[in-house]
Amino acid sequence: MVYHFQFGVVLQSWPLLLDGVLKTIELSMGAMVIGLLIAVFCSWGKSNGPRALHWAIDAYIEAIRNTPFLIQLFFFYFALPSLGLQMSATTAALVTMFVNLGAFATEILRAGVEAVPKGQVEAGLALNLKRYQVFLYIVLRPALKTIFPALSSQFILLMLTSSIVSTISADDLASVAANIQSETFRSFEIYIVVTAIYFLLSLSFMGLFKLAWKRFLYFPEGR
Amino acid sequence: MRSFSIVDVWSIVLAVRWTVALAIMALVGGSIGGLIIALARSAQSRWLHGPARGFIIVFQGTPLLMQLFLIFFGFPVLGLEVNPWLAAGVALILNTSAFLGDIWRGCIQAVPGGQTEASHALNLSNYDRMRYVVLPQALKIAVPPTVGFMVQIIKGTSLTAIIGFTELTRTGQIINNATFAPLPIFALVAFLYFCLCWPLSKWSRRLERRLSASLR
Repeated sequence: MVYHFQFGVVLQSWPLLLDGVLKTIELSMGAMVIGLLIAVFCSWGKSNGPRALHWAIDAYIEAIRNTPFLIQLFFFYFALPSLGLQMSATTAALVTMFVNLGAFATEILRAGVEAVPKGQVEAGLALNLKRYQVFLYIVLRPALKTIFPALSSQFILLMLTSSIVSTISADDLASVAANIQSETFRSFEIYIVVTAIYFLLSLSFMGLFKLAWKRFLYFPEGR
Repeated sequence: MRSFSIVDVWSIVLAVRWTVALAIMALVGGSIGGLIIALARSAQSRWLHGPARGFIIVFQGTPLLMQLFLIFFGFPVLGLEVNPWLAAGVALILNTSAFLGDIWRGCIQAVPGGQTEASHALNLSNYDRMRYVVLPQALKIAVPPTVGFMVQIIKGTSLTAIIGFTELTRTGQIINNATFAPLPIFALVAFLYFCLCWPLSKWSRRLERRLSASLR
Protein backbone atom coordinates (compact mmCIF):
# COMPACT_ATOMS: atom_id res chain seq x y z
CA MET A 1 0.00 0.00 0.00
CA VAL A 2 1.35 3.37 -0.94
CA TYR A 3 0.18 6.30 1.14
CA HIS A 4 -0.48 9.58 -0.63
CA PHE A 5 0.43 12.49 1.55
CA GLN A 6 -1.93 15.41 1.26
CA PHE A 7 -0.57 18.39 3.10
CA GLY A 8 -2.68 20.75 0.99
CA VAL A 9 -5.87 20.44 3.02
CA VAL A 10 -3.91 20.92 6.21
CA LEU A 11 -2.01 23.96 5.04
CA GLN A 12 -5.21 25.49 3.72
CA SER A 13 -6.41 25.85 7.26
CA TRP A 14 -3.43 27.99 8.26
CA PRO A 15 -5.60 30.77 9.74
CA LEU A 16 -7.03 28.24 12.19
CA LEU A 17 -3.54 26.98 13.02
CA LEU A 18 -2.26 30.51 13.56
CA ASP A 19 -5.18 31.18 15.86
CA GLY A 20 -4.33 27.97 17.76
CA VAL A 21 -0.72 29.05 18.14
CA LEU A 22 -1.80 32.39 19.62
CA LYS A 23 -4.19 30.66 22.00
CA THR A 24 -1.52 28.24 23.17
CA ILE A 25 0.90 31.11 23.78
CA GLU A 26 -1.79 33.11 25.55
CA LEU A 27 -2.75 30.17 27.76
CA SER A 28 0.87 29.40 28.65
CA MET A 29 1.76 33.03 29.39
CA GLY A 30 -1.34 33.50 31.52
CA ALA A 31 -0.62 30.33 33.46
CA MET A 32 3.02 31.37 33.85
CA VAL A 33 2.16 34.77 35.35
CA ILE A 34 -0.46 33.44 37.79
CA GLY A 35 1.65 30.38 38.57
CA LEU A 36 4.64 32.57 39.43
CA LEU A 37 2.52 34.66 41.79
CA ILE A 38 1.43 31.44 43.52
CA ALA A 39 5.04 30.32 43.67
CA VAL A 40 6.19 33.62 45.20
CA PHE A 41 3.51 33.30 47.85
CA CYS A 42 4.33 29.64 48.53
CA SER A 43 8.07 30.15 48.79
CA TRP A 44 7.44 33.07 51.13
CA GLY A 45 5.02 30.94 53.17
CA LYS A 46 7.46 28.09 53.39
CA SER A 47 10.16 30.21 54.97
CA ASN A 48 8.12 32.76 56.94
CA GLY A 49 4.60 31.41 57.44
CA PRO A 50 3.19 29.48 60.40
CA ARG A 51 3.72 25.76 60.57
CA ALA A 52 0.22 24.84 59.34
CA LEU A 53 0.74 26.94 56.21
CA HIS A 54 4.15 25.39 55.66
CA TRP A 55 2.58 21.94 55.92
CA ALA A 56 -0.26 22.82 53.54
CA ILE A 57 2.16 24.19 50.95
CA ASP A 58 4.26 21.02 51.17
CA ALA A 59 1.16 18.88 50.65
CA TYR A 60 0.16 20.99 47.62
CA ILE A 61 3.61 20.68 46.05
CA GLU A 62 3.88 16.92 46.63
CA ALA A 63 0.34 16.27 45.36
CA ILE A 64 0.95 18.18 42.13
CA ARG A 65 4.43 16.86 41.46
CA ASN A 66 3.43 13.23 41.94
CA THR A 67 0.26 13.04 39.84
CA PRO A 68 -0.12 13.31 36.05
CA PHE A 69 -1.24 16.57 34.48
CA LEU A 70 -4.06 14.73 32.69
CA ILE A 71 -5.57 13.58 35.99
CA GLN A 72 -5.28 17.08 37.45
CA LEU A 73 -7.11 18.35 34.38
CA PHE A 74 -9.87 15.74 34.74
CA PHE A 75 -10.15 16.59 38.39
CA PHE A 76 -10.69 20.30 37.75
CA TYR A 77 -12.95 19.81 34.75
CA PHE A 78 -15.04 16.74 35.66
CA ALA A 79 -14.84 16.36 39.44
CA LEU A 80 -15.10 19.94 40.69
CA PRO A 81 -18.52 20.59 39.09
CA SER A 82 -19.95 17.92 41.40
CA LEU A 83 -18.81 20.17 44.27
CA GLY A 84 -20.64 23.07 42.62
CA LEU A 85 -17.61 24.62 40.89
CA GLN A 86 -18.48 24.73 37.20
CA MET A 87 -15.83 25.95 34.75
CA SER A 88 -15.61 26.21 30.99
CA ALA A 89 -13.06 23.91 29.36
CA THR A 90 -10.63 26.74 28.68
CA THR A 91 -10.91 28.09 32.23
CA ALA A 92 -10.35 24.61 33.64
CA ALA A 93 -7.30 24.30 31.38
CA LEU A 94 -5.88 27.61 32.60
CA VAL A 95 -6.55 26.74 36.25
CA THR A 96 -4.91 23.32 35.93
CA MET A 97 -1.90 24.87 34.22
CA PHE A 98 -1.25 27.55 36.83
CA VAL A 99 -1.91 25.23 39.75
CA ASN A 100 0.55 22.80 38.17
CA LEU A 101 3.17 25.43 37.41
CA GLY A 102 2.87 27.02 40.87
CA ALA A 103 4.06 23.81 42.51
CA PHE A 104 7.06 23.32 40.23
CA ALA A 105 8.05 27.00 40.29
CA THR A 106 7.99 27.16 44.11
CA GLU A 107 10.90 24.74 44.29
CA ILE A 108 12.81 26.71 41.67
CA LEU A 109 12.28 30.06 43.43
CA ARG A 110 13.42 28.70 46.77
CA ALA A 111 16.63 27.42 45.24
CA GLY A 112 17.29 30.90 43.84
CA VAL A 113 16.72 32.86 47.03
CA GLU A 114 18.74 30.39 49.08
CA ALA A 115 21.62 30.74 46.64
CA VAL A 116 22.33 34.36 47.67
CA PRO A 117 24.86 34.30 50.54
CA LYS A 118 23.82 36.20 53.69
CA GLY A 119 27.22 37.88 53.84
CA GLN A 120 26.48 39.74 50.61
CA VAL A 121 23.30 41.25 52.03
CA GLU A 122 25.20 42.31 55.14
CA ALA A 123 27.98 43.76 52.99
CA GLY A 124 25.40 45.77 51.06
CA LEU A 125 23.90 47.14 54.26
CA ALA A 126 27.37 47.96 55.56
CA LEU A 127 27.99 49.99 52.40
CA ASN A 128 24.97 52.07 53.39
CA LEU A 129 22.73 50.83 50.58
CA LYS A 130 19.02 51.22 51.16
CA ARG A 131 16.97 48.08 51.86
CA TYR A 132 15.33 48.20 48.44
CA GLN A 133 18.71 48.70 46.79
CA VAL A 134 20.05 45.65 48.59
CA PHE A 135 17.03 43.65 47.44
CA LEU A 136 17.18 44.96 43.86
CA TYR A 137 20.91 44.77 43.18
CA ILE A 138 22.16 42.16 45.59
CA VAL A 139 19.36 39.66 46.12
CA LEU A 140 17.07 39.88 43.10
CA ARG A 141 19.56 39.93 40.26
CA PRO A 142 21.72 36.97 41.34
CA ALA A 143 18.58 35.08 42.36
CA LEU A 144 17.02 35.71 38.95
CA LYS A 145 20.26 34.69 37.31
CA THR A 146 20.22 31.40 39.20
CA ILE A 147 16.59 30.55 38.54
CA PHE A 148 16.17 31.93 35.03
CA PRO A 149 17.39 28.85 33.11
CA ALA A 150 15.22 26.52 35.21
CA LEU A 151 12.21 28.82 34.95
CA SER A 152 12.51 29.20 31.20
CA SER A 153 12.72 25.47 30.61
CA GLN A 154 9.75 25.06 32.95
CA PHE A 155 7.83 27.52 30.77
CA ILE A 156 8.63 25.55 27.61
CA LEU A 157 7.64 22.34 29.36
CA LEU A 158 4.36 24.00 30.40
CA MET A 159 3.68 25.06 26.82
CA LEU A 160 4.29 21.53 25.53
CA THR A 161 2.20 20.02 28.34
CA SER A 162 -0.61 22.42 27.48
CA SER A 163 -1.32 20.29 24.39
CA ILE A 164 -3.01 17.87 26.79
CA VAL A 165 -5.85 20.35 27.41
CA SER A 166 -7.13 19.41 23.95
CA THR A 167 -8.56 16.25 25.57
CA ILE A 168 -11.26 18.40 27.19
CA SER A 169 -11.52 20.51 24.00
CA ALA A 170 -10.13 23.66 25.58
CA ASP A 171 -9.01 26.33 23.09
CA ASP A 172 -5.46 25.63 22.00
CA LEU A 173 -3.27 24.48 19.13
CA ALA A 174 -3.79 20.74 19.70
CA SER A 175 -7.58 21.23 19.75
CA VAL A 176 -7.37 23.02 16.42
CA ALA A 177 -5.46 19.99 15.14
CA ALA A 178 -8.17 17.66 16.40
CA ASN A 179 -10.86 19.79 14.71
CA ILE A 180 -9.05 19.86 11.38
CA GLN A 181 -8.51 16.13 11.67
CA SER A 182 -12.19 15.40 12.14
CA GLU A 183 -13.03 17.48 9.06
CA THR A 184 -10.35 16.27 6.69
CA PHE A 185 -9.35 12.83 8.04
CA ARG A 186 -5.70 13.57 7.26
CA SER A 187 -4.58 12.64 10.79
CA PHE A 188 -0.94 11.94 10.06
CA GLU A 189 -0.37 15.09 8.02
CA ILE A 190 -2.07 17.38 10.50
CA TYR A 191 -0.11 15.98 13.43
CA ILE A 192 3.17 16.27 11.55
CA VAL A 193 2.43 19.93 10.88
CA VAL A 194 1.27 20.66 14.42
CA THR A 195 4.22 18.82 15.99
CA ALA A 196 6.52 20.90 13.80
CA ILE A 197 4.74 24.06 15.00
CA TYR A 198 5.22 23.06 18.64
CA PHE A 199 8.87 22.35 17.89
CA LEU A 200 9.34 25.78 16.29
CA LEU A 201 7.55 27.38 19.22
CA SER A 202 9.86 25.80 21.77
CA LEU A 203 12.95 26.63 19.69
CA SER A 204 11.88 30.27 19.36
CA PHE A 205 11.12 30.63 23.05
CA MET A 206 14.45 29.01 23.89
CA GLY A 207 16.20 31.53 21.64
CA LEU A 208 14.22 34.40 23.12
CA PHE A 209 15.06 33.38 26.67
CA LYS A 210 18.73 33.00 25.81
CA LEU A 211 18.73 36.52 24.37
CA ALA A 212 16.99 37.95 27.42
CA TRP A 213 19.45 36.15 29.65
CA LYS A 214 22.48 37.56 27.81
CA ARG A 215 21.04 41.07 27.61
CA PHE A 216 19.59 41.52 31.09
CA LEU A 217 20.87 38.92 33.49
CA TYR A 218 24.35 37.78 32.61
CA PHE A 219 27.25 39.20 34.56
CA PRO A 220 30.70 37.73 35.17
CA GLU A 221 31.17 36.13 38.55
CA GLY A 222 34.26 36.19 40.72
CA ARG A 223 35.37 33.00 42.39
CA MET B 1 -26.37 4.38 34.56
CA ARG B 2 -25.23 2.33 37.53
CA SER B 3 -23.73 3.52 40.76
CA PHE B 4 -20.07 3.54 41.74
CA SER B 5 -19.38 0.44 43.79
CA ILE B 6 -16.59 -1.50 45.42
CA VAL B 7 -16.21 -3.58 42.25
CA ASP B 8 -15.28 -0.40 40.38
CA VAL B 9 -12.76 0.54 43.05
CA TRP B 10 -11.21 -2.88 42.59
CA SER B 11 -11.01 -2.62 38.80
CA ILE B 12 -9.34 0.80 39.12
CA VAL B 13 -6.81 -0.56 41.62
CA LEU B 14 -6.12 -3.52 39.34
CA ALA B 15 -5.52 -1.19 36.39
CA VAL B 16 -2.37 -0.02 38.17
CA ARG B 17 -0.60 -3.09 36.79
CA TRP B 18 -0.99 -1.84 33.19
CA THR B 19 0.44 1.52 34.17
CA VAL B 20 3.33 -0.21 35.91
CA ALA B 21 3.87 -2.56 32.95
CA LEU B 22 3.98 0.40 30.54
CA ALA B 23 6.37 2.29 32.81
CA ILE B 24 8.71 -0.71 33.13
CA MET B 25 8.63 -1.22 29.38
CA ALA B 26 9.49 2.46 28.82
CA LEU B 27 12.23 2.33 31.44
CA VAL B 28 13.90 -0.82 30.11
CA GLY B 29 13.64 0.14 26.44
CA GLY B 30 14.49 3.76 27.21
CA SER B 31 17.56 2.76 29.21
CA ILE B 32 18.99 0.88 26.25
CA GLY B 33 18.13 3.72 23.89
CA GLY B 34 19.28 6.32 26.39
CA LEU B 35 22.67 4.66 26.81
CA ILE B 36 23.19 4.60 23.05
CA ILE B 37 22.13 8.26 22.78
CA ALA B 38 24.31 9.31 25.71
CA LEU B 39 27.38 7.52 24.31
CA ALA B 40 26.79 8.88 20.81
CA ARG B 41 26.24 12.36 22.21
CA SER B 42 29.55 12.33 24.07
CA ALA B 43 31.49 10.77 21.17
CA GLN B 44 34.16 12.70 19.27
CA SER B 45 32.75 12.03 15.81
CA ARG B 46 30.42 14.66 14.41
CA TRP B 47 28.44 11.91 12.65
CA LEU B 48 27.61 10.42 16.01
CA HIS B 49 26.97 13.36 18.30
CA GLY B 50 25.12 15.46 15.70
CA PRO B 51 22.22 13.04 15.14
CA ALA B 52 22.09 12.18 18.87
CA ARG B 53 21.79 15.88 19.69
CA GLY B 54 19.08 16.29 17.04
CA PHE B 55 17.14 13.33 18.46
CA ILE B 56 17.25 14.83 21.95
CA ILE B 57 16.22 18.32 20.80
CA VAL B 58 13.29 17.02 18.75
CA PHE B 59 11.90 14.78 21.48
CA GLN B 60 12.40 17.37 24.22
CA GLY B 61 11.01 20.16 22.05
CA THR B 62 7.71 18.54 21.09
CA PRO B 63 4.80 17.42 23.29
CA LEU B 64 4.70 13.75 24.27
CA LEU B 65 1.03 13.74 23.25
CA MET B 66 1.95 14.74 19.69
CA GLN B 67 4.65 12.05 19.59
CA LEU B 68 2.04 9.51 20.62
CA PHE B 69 -0.37 10.73 17.94
CA LEU B 70 2.29 10.71 15.24
CA ILE B 71 3.23 7.13 16.01
CA PHE B 72 -0.38 6.05 16.43
CA PHE B 73 -1.42 7.59 13.10
CA GLY B 74 1.93 6.92 11.45
CA PHE B 75 1.90 3.13 11.72
CA PRO B 76 -1.06 2.72 9.31
CA VAL B 77 0.75 5.03 6.87
CA LEU B 78 3.64 2.56 6.87
CA GLY B 79 1.11 -0.21 6.28
CA LEU B 80 1.36 -1.63 9.80
CA GLU B 81 -1.64 -2.43 11.93
CA VAL B 82 -2.09 -0.18 14.95
CA ASN B 83 -2.00 -1.89 18.25
CA PRO B 84 -2.21 0.40 21.31
CA TRP B 85 0.53 -1.61 23.06
CA LEU B 86 2.90 -1.11 20.14
CA ALA B 87 2.11 2.56 19.60
CA ALA B 88 2.26 3.41 23.31
CA GLY B 89 5.41 1.34 23.81
CA VAL B 90 7.31 2.79 20.86
CA ALA B 91 6.38 6.38 21.72
CA LEU B 92 7.25 6.05 25.40
CA ILE B 93 10.52 4.25 24.68
CA LEU B 94 11.66 6.87 22.15
CA ASN B 95 10.70 9.70 24.48
CA THR B 96 12.40 8.09 27.48
CA SER B 97 15.53 7.40 25.40
CA ALA B 98 15.83 11.09 24.54
CA PHE B 99 15.42 12.29 28.13
CA LEU B 100 17.62 9.62 29.72
CA GLY B 101 20.17 10.15 26.95
CA ASP B 102 20.37 13.81 27.86
CA ILE B 103 20.54 13.15 31.61
CA TRP B 104 23.22 10.50 31.22
CA ARG B 105 25.27 12.61 28.81
CA GLY B 106 25.46 15.16 31.62
CA CYS B 107 26.62 12.44 34.01
CA ILE B 108 29.30 11.21 31.59
CA GLN B 109 30.57 14.76 31.15
CA ALA B 110 30.60 15.28 34.91
CA VAL B 111 33.34 12.66 35.25
CA PRO B 112 36.54 14.75 35.56
CA GLY B 113 38.54 15.12 32.35
CA GLY B 114 41.69 13.92 34.09
CA GLN B 115 40.19 10.43 34.22
CA THR B 116 39.93 10.33 30.43
CA GLU B 117 43.45 11.72 30.06
CA ALA B 118 44.78 9.12 32.48
CA SER B 119 43.07 6.38 30.44
CA HIS B 120 44.73 7.71 27.30
CA ALA B 121 48.07 7.79 29.09
CA LEU B 122 47.55 4.15 30.09
CA ASN B 123 46.83 3.39 26.44
CA LEU B 124 43.32 2.07 27.14
CA SER B 125 41.13 1.59 24.10
CA ASN B 126 38.00 3.75 23.77
CA TYR B 127 35.88 0.78 24.81
CA ASP B 128 37.98 0.02 27.90
CA ARG B 129 38.07 3.67 28.88
CA MET B 130 34.28 3.88 28.80
CA ARG B 131 33.65 0.45 30.27
CA TYR B 132 36.14 0.51 33.14
CA VAL B 133 36.86 4.17 33.86
CA VAL B 134 34.16 6.62 32.79
CA LEU B 135 30.86 4.72 32.96
CA PRO B 136 31.29 3.26 36.48
CA GLN B 137 31.90 6.78 37.83
CA ALA B 138 29.07 8.26 35.74
CA LEU B 139 26.72 5.57 37.03
CA LYS B 140 27.11 6.81 40.59
CA ILE B 141 26.08 10.34 39.60
CA ALA B 142 23.30 9.04 37.33
CA VAL B 143 21.25 7.13 39.90
CA PRO B 144 19.40 10.00 41.67
CA PRO B 145 18.22 11.85 38.51
CA THR B 146 17.27 8.53 36.87
CA VAL B 147 15.08 7.56 39.83
CA GLY B 148 13.58 11.05 39.69
CA PHE B 149 12.88 10.63 35.99
CA MET B 150 10.95 7.41 36.68
CA VAL B 151 8.28 9.67 38.17
CA GLN B 152 8.05 11.47 34.82
CA ILE B 153 7.74 8.14 33.02
CA ILE B 154 4.87 6.99 35.22
CA LYS B 155 3.08 10.31 34.79
CA GLY B 156 3.73 10.15 31.04
CA THR B 157 2.03 6.76 30.71
CA SER B 158 -1.29 8.46 31.57
CA LEU B 159 -1.26 10.03 28.09
CA THR B 160 -1.56 6.63 26.43
CA ALA B 161 -5.16 6.69 27.68
CA ILE B 162 -5.85 9.28 24.98
CA ILE B 163 -4.94 6.86 22.17
CA GLY B 164 -7.09 4.18 23.79
CA PHE B 165 -4.68 2.19 25.90
CA THR B 166 -6.60 0.90 28.91
CA GLU B 167 -4.35 1.69 31.85
CA LEU B 168 -5.13 3.50 35.09
CA THR B 169 -6.37 6.80 33.63
CA ARG B 170 -8.44 5.17 30.88
CA THR B 171 -10.03 2.75 33.36
CA GLY B 172 -11.01 5.73 35.49
CA GLN B 173 -12.53 7.43 32.44
CA ILE B 174 -14.47 4.32 31.40
CA ILE B 175 -15.90 3.79 34.87
CA ASN B 176 -16.73 7.48 35.11
CA ASN B 177 -18.67 7.24 31.86
CA ALA B 178 -20.71 4.38 33.27
CA THR B 179 -21.29 5.58 36.81
CA PHE B 180 -20.79 9.34 36.58
CA ALA B 181 -19.11 9.74 39.95
CA PRO B 182 -16.09 11.82 38.83
CA LEU B 183 -15.03 13.04 42.25
CA PRO B 184 -14.35 9.69 43.98
CA ILE B 185 -13.07 8.11 40.77
CA PHE B 186 -10.52 10.74 39.82
CA ALA B 187 -9.53 11.24 43.45
CA LEU B 188 -8.82 7.50 43.66
CA VAL B 189 -6.91 7.49 40.37
CA ALA B 190 -4.86 10.50 41.49
CA PHE B 191 -4.20 8.83 44.83
CA LEU B 192 -2.96 5.66 43.12
CA TYR B 193 -0.58 7.65 40.91
CA PHE B 194 0.59 9.42 44.03
CA CYS B 195 1.29 6.08 45.72
CA LEU B 196 3.44 5.05 42.76
CA CYS B 197 5.31 8.32 42.36
CA TRP B 198 5.77 9.72 45.84
CA PRO B 199 8.10 6.99 47.17
CA LEU B 200 10.23 7.36 44.04
CA SER B 201 10.43 11.15 44.49
CA LYS B 202 11.41 10.72 48.13
CA TRP B 203 13.97 8.07 47.28
CA SER B 204 15.48 10.21 44.53
CA ARG B 205 15.83 13.17 46.88
CA ARG B 206 17.47 11.02 49.53
CA LEU B 207 19.92 9.57 47.01
CA GLU B 208 20.72 13.07 45.84
CA ARG B 209 21.47 14.27 49.35
CA ARG B 210 23.67 11.29 49.98
CA LEU B 211 25.52 11.80 46.71
CA SER B 212 26.16 15.48 47.31
CA ALA B 213 27.39 14.65 50.80
CA SER B 214 29.84 12.09 49.39
CA LEU B 215 31.10 14.49 46.73
CA ARG B 216 31.79 17.25 49.21
